[in-house]
Amino acid sequence: MIDDKLVIAGIEFKSRLWVGTGKYKDFAETKKAIEVSGTDVVTVSVRRVNIIDKSKENLLDYIDPKKYKILPNTAGCYTAKDAIRTAMLAAEAGITKLVKLEVIGDDKTLFPDNEATLEAAKVLVKEGLIVLPYMSDDPIMAKKLVDIGCPAVMPLAAPIGSGLGIRNPYNIRIIMETVKVPIIVDAGVGTASDVAFAMELGCDAVLLNTAIAGAKDPIAMAEAMKYGVLGGRLAYKAGRIPKKLYATASSPIEGMIGN
Amino acid sequence: MPYPTGYGFFLESLVNITLNGELKTVHDNITVLGLLEFLHIQHQRVAVELNESIVKKDNYGSTAIKNGDILEIVSFMGGGTT
Repeated sequence: MIDDKLVIAGIEFKSRLWVGTGKYKDFAETKKAIEVSGTDVVTVSVRRVNIIDKSKENLLDYIDPKKYKILPNTAGCYTAKDAIRTAMLAAEAGITKLVKLEVIGDDKTLFPDNEATLEAAKVLVKEGLIVLPYMSDDPIMAKKLVDIGCPAVMPLAAPIGSGLGIRNPYNIRIIMETVKVPIIVDAGVGTASDVAFAMELGCDAVLLNTAIAGAKDPIAMAEAMKYGVLGGRLAYKAGRIPKKLYATASSPIEGMIGN
Repeated sequence: MPYPTGYGFFLESLVNITLNGELKTVHDNITVLGLLEFLHIQHQRVAVELNESIVKKDNYGSTAIKNGDILEIVSFMGGGTT
């Protein structure tokens, strides 16, 4: 796996597993799961500071921005305007210019509003942010986002938190052929085989949150995801055998007794 | 409002603002920097919006807060995808 680093907009990522920081029992569990997963990228939301209860601990006391790349997201935004405001605030906080852009279209499916995502991405790219957009698994949308300056795209595997895994591997493959930027599968994976499958398809990374945080044992699942990504990536690089309908013997015919 | 009444100079020196969606009373002309210090918020890890415009960190000390201002102070919290 040497010389297999992921580079986006000149930033080198050591891990192809990216994780979220939501839904954990507490910050200690968040920290432990992130450590065990082997990731170097964590996504965080941008929210109002609690001005009443100042004793509340800060996530960044547990997740050291010197050790991990912080990827702020615009989770929860339903309009381009809100997503732009949130992303600009995240950039102003001064840790990173990276942003995972999300503009949600519907609260039942949490599917992205691709049109509003493109609109927000245009503005944020012009403002100098490194915009990684969450999008439908739509090759045309991927092309439009790359054309306006997104250095990677983040198609969903399935609805956020659904754990269904990649619903349309053919679209993901067409996205990979359509755009020549890293593809990071974002949302919808459920278990280690789902991330391995994404990596075997040739995706460059996987971002997930609920699949780890919602597992019965989040720490153990964090480790499983680490190996899922590594196994899948290695298999992709190794080049799998083609699928065939009939058997091919793996033992030689010569030297059989009785011949 | 929890400020004393009957003291004209007090009333004049206090203003109402909306801070993170809640009505608050602060001293007139307090700066963003002064407000963050008053709230014991470490300004390295936050971002501030005043009336929907971002206040650059360099301008915290020179940006005064006026009556009716709407402020948002945000930071990074746990979260994945929406």
